[in-house]
This record gives sequence, C-alpha cells and structure tokens, in this order.
Amino acid sequence: MLIIFAITAGVVFACGVYLMLRRSMVRLIIGLSLLTYAVNLLIFSVDDLSTRAAPIIDAVSEEQMADPLPQALILTAIVISFGMLAFSLALAYRASQAAQTDNIDVLQSTDRDM
Amino acid sequence: MQQFIVLPLIIPLLMALTALVRLRSFRRRLALIGALANLLACIALLIITETGNIQVSQMGGHPAPYGISLVVDPLSAMMLTITAIILFTSVIYSRTAIDANRERFNYYPLLGCLLLGINLAFMTGDLFTLYVAFEIMLMSSFVLLTLGGERGQLEGGLKYVILNVVGSTVFLIAVGLTYAVAGTLNLADLAQRLAGVGPESRDMTTVLAGLFLLAFGIKAAIFPLFFWLPASYHTPPIAITALFGGLLTKVGVYSMWRVLVMVFPNELVVLQPLLLALAMLTMITGVLGAVAQMELRRLLSFHIISQIGYLLMGTALLTEAGLAGAVFFMIHVILAKTALFYISGIAYEAQGSYDLKKLGGMRKMHPGVALLFLLAAFSLAGLPPLPGFWAKLLLIRAALEIGQYGVVAVALVVSLLTMYSMVKIWNEAFWKPPAAGRAAAMLTRDDRRSLFIPASVLVILIVVVGLFAEPMIRLSSQAARSIMEPALYVESVLVENGVGE
Repeated sequence: MLIIFAITAGVVFACGVYLMLRRSMVRLIIGLSLLTYAVNLLIFSVDDLSTRAAPIIDAVSEEQMADPLPQALILTAIVISFGMLAFSLALAYRASQAAQTDNIDVLQSTDRDM
Repeated sequence: MQQFIVLPLIIPLLMALTALVRLRSFRRRLALIGALANLLACIALLIITETGNIQVSQMGGHPAPYGISLVVDPLSAMMLTITAIILFTSVIYSRTAIDANRERFNYYPLLGCLLLGINLAFMTGDLFTLYVAFEIMLMSSFVLLTLGGERGQLEGGLKYVILNVVGSTVFLIAVGLTYAVAGTLNLADLAQRLAGVGPESRDMTTVLAGLFLLAFGIKAAIFPLFFWLPASYHTPPIAITALFGGLLTKVGVYSMWRVLVMVFPNELVVLQPLLLALAMLTMITGVLGAVAQMELRRLLSFHIISQIGYLLMGTALLTEAGLAGAVFFMIHVILAKTALFYISGIAYEAQGSYDLKKLGGMRKMHPGVALLFLLAAFSLAGLPPLPGFWAKLLLIRAALEIGQYGVVAVALVVSLLTMYSMVKIWNEAFWKPPAAGRAAAMLTRDDRRSLFIPASVLVILIVVVGLFAEPMIRLSSQAARSIMEPALYVESVLVENGVGE
C-alpha cells in the first residue's frame, strides 16, 4: 500500500514540475496545484496507511486510532492552497491581459529599464 | 499575565478589521493607532523578556506539545519590536507615498494582515503554525505587491507569487517529513527529541535540515534562490517596497535561526561548508548586482540580497559569537535598509524619478535629507561609530576566532563595494547639479512631514544604536544564547506549561 502511495505522490510531483517548466501561464498554475496535491499525499502517508478507526476518545481504543494530526495538517494545507490557487489564477489572468500573452518568457518588462 | 503575549496578534487583527471603514481620515487614524498600540505592546514584551525570561502561552489551554504554543523569548521580542517600529513609520510614510486609490482598496487592512503574519512567525513555537504564519504573510504581501495592477506590478508579482508558493511547498514537505521522523511539530519538543537522535538516523535528519534550508533560503533570498526579489521588489509604490525590503526576507532568516540552529544543530555541522559557500556567493552576487544598477530601487533591492549574505555568514559560523553578530546585524540592516528606501522615496517625490541619471542636486535642495542619506549609507557600508561597523566587527571577529579567513575576506571586499555603490548614489542624486530642464516638484508642508519624519526617526535610531552599541550587543548575545542553548526554551515550553516529562 505504502509503495503505491509513494509512487503516486512521486508521479504527481513529476507532473507538477514538468508543467511548471512549460512556458504557458495556465500550465504553470496547473503544475503548481499538482505540486500541492502531491504534498498532501505525502503528508497523508506519514501515518501508516492501514484502515484504522476515527480518533474518538472513549469510542475507540487508543491502539486502533488513526493519527489525527496529519489529517488536520492536510485540511489546513488544502484550504491555504485553494486560496493561493484562486489568487494566482486571478493574477495570471490580469497579467496575461496586461501583457497580451500567456507566454511567461515574454514577461520581461520588469527586468529592463523602465 | 501569560495571556498578555497574544497582544501582538490581536492588535494587528483589530487594526486590519477597523481599517476597513470607508471614511478616509478615520482609516488612517485607526491604522496609526493600531501600529502605535502594537509598538507599545512589543516594547512591553521586550522589557519583560530582557532579563532572559521566556513568556509562554498555550493556545486553547491544551498543554504543549499537543496544543499550539506561543513563545516570546529575547530574540522574538527583539524582532517583534523592530517590526513594530518599521510598521509604525511605514503607516506615517504611506500618507503621502500611497495614492488615494490604493488606500481605498484596503491598503491599511492589508498592512494589518501582513503584520499579523510576521508577528505570528516570530512568536510561534510550532512548525506548522510557522507555515500558516508564512502563508498569512505571503498572501498579504502578494496583494500589497500587486495592489494597483500596473503592468510591471503584475509581471513582477507573478514571479514573486510562483517562486514563493514553490518555497512554501518545499516548507510543507519538510514539515510533513519532520512529523514522520520525530512524531511532533512543537519546536521545543523537536529540539529535545532530535538532540537524542543517534548517528544511524542522522542522514535522514540532515536531509530534513537541507529541505528547511531550501525553503527558508527561498524566503530569505539567498544565492541561488533570490531571483524573485530583483524581479519584483522595485515594482510597487516605495512605501510597500520599503516595508518588504526591511522585513520580509528577514523573517526567512529568523526562521533559519529558530528552526535550523535551534532544532538541527548537529545537522548544521554537516551543512556548514555549504552554508559558508552560500553566504559568500550571496554577498558577492548581491553587491555586484547593485553596482551595475542605475535605478535607485533596484540598486537597493540587490543590496538586500547582499546583506542577507552577512546574516547567513553569522549563522554559518555556528558559534554564539557569530549568531550574536548576525542578530545585531539584523537590527542594523532592517533600520538602515528601510531608511534608505524611504530616502529614495523622498528623492522621487522631489524630482519625479528613481533613475540616478535623471536625479541631481538633492544636496542643495534638501540638505537635511542628504544628511539622513549619508548616515544611513555609511551605516550600511560599515563606518564607525554607526551600527553597521559594530555588526560587521562582531561578525568578522567571530569568523576569525574559528579560522574562517575566506569568508572574512569576502565580507570586507563586499563592504568596500557597498561603500562604492553608496558613493555612486551620493554623487549622482545628491552631489551633481540637477539635470537641465527638470523642474523640482514642490513638496507641501504635509508631504514633508509624512515623508521626513519616518526617515528621520529611523536614522536617529541608527545613530542611537551605534552610540549605545554596548547594551544592544548584550541583548543580541542574549538572543543568540537563547537559540544556541535551547534548554531554557525547552524547559519553559514543555515543563512549566506542558505535560512535562
């Protein structure tokens, strides 16, 4: 189970990095969101992936409980990455409007003299 | 008493919320009151922790290491206070330097959120909360950077956003793996557990330290991860550039101290050659980039990178003396850098350009500003008796003590080049006669007040820190000690306020 998980996370990482290295702004942002998914998978695999019970005190004995912390971390990370994604999409849209292109290589006006 | 330490979080939040009001004059006044209240609270914390005593508060009453701990030790208190000073001056400066339109689109609430993120990063005793603090800070900085939506801002903003989100992703990976290895994210608990790690699992923890170095390196803009900084920092209005240039990269350096030096001291020994090499390269590339620039904001942006190199140098020495030098340097560089950005903003308001070729004659027009510039620039370059000299003296002495002569040579040459680029600004903007056909804009009384007061306050602080270096060095040493010897920190968080051993 863990090995499948590791390979999946690795493949998602690779896809994300590949997309981020493309020149298109849209692909860049899709790649970025894939990266954050891959991280979430990685954090999920921190607890062992057996089918343990929900961590409710008194209802489940301590040995059978799943570790709730990785799940809490993922939940927070999902919310944050959602906000980031929304913001970067809006920013990319405005930037592509201003620059009349979605090719990142062309966005050099800030590196030259103004 | 313990709950008192949440004030630096509550006040920025209130400041952000109240500054949402639609009445313009109210908005400014509320922001100013918020910044002042935050400054007073931080000074109070500094006085409380000055004797080396550590304030801890467990959020929600859950004992450490299970809850979220807020910890204010001498280093945190120093960083909080200096941040509060910069933010307070920034609010005054924004009166003139931020246009009405940006102000209307919630400039002040964003400042409040930014302050909240920075303060949380300085106070948290927990790795995941540090991640959240970074995100709060980044999100507000993204919006501040692109507020106004000019083309340069959008392009620079895109690069800034993407590279910083990648940095956060690396940080999150490191946090997840740390939890897998150590089973805790509380910094005090981590420091204790990782100190007991045997050599057999040292490889894994060294990889973790490397990942944290990468993540904080992107935030702190060290070589070769700094490319987002010169691409974006010169695009927003100068008040925002000054605030970012003074504070944001320094939060990355602070996190290096808090996480790498405190939690991973044994792993850093393995990474030391890498750290030293990075410090030298950061200093050199930063200053060479600055020397090549003819645009004030870009020149100063490259200097941010070069100064980060000095901070990294103090960190890489891995001695208490080195870290104390770095802490002192941090205080000095935040003040000097922000002051220089403020002064270049005054030059812009007076002459309508940041281009050194188009500026000129500032010495005759504004002799007071010329004096402010000289003091701040000399401090940055490291002339006695200004604090830049003491900071560099401490750093170089610490490096000589452990025989790192290469880094000393680089630090001295970079100082010289810093002086060279400061002289270039002086010659072009202040000394040479004004360019023909350029009418000087008249600054109104009101503008003068809001532009000159912040710059003067910072320069006066620089001079005071330089003249009374002894108590500041003592404070810095104490802050460095609280990082290098975390026993007291661990005890305060875990034993006195946690479940104990």
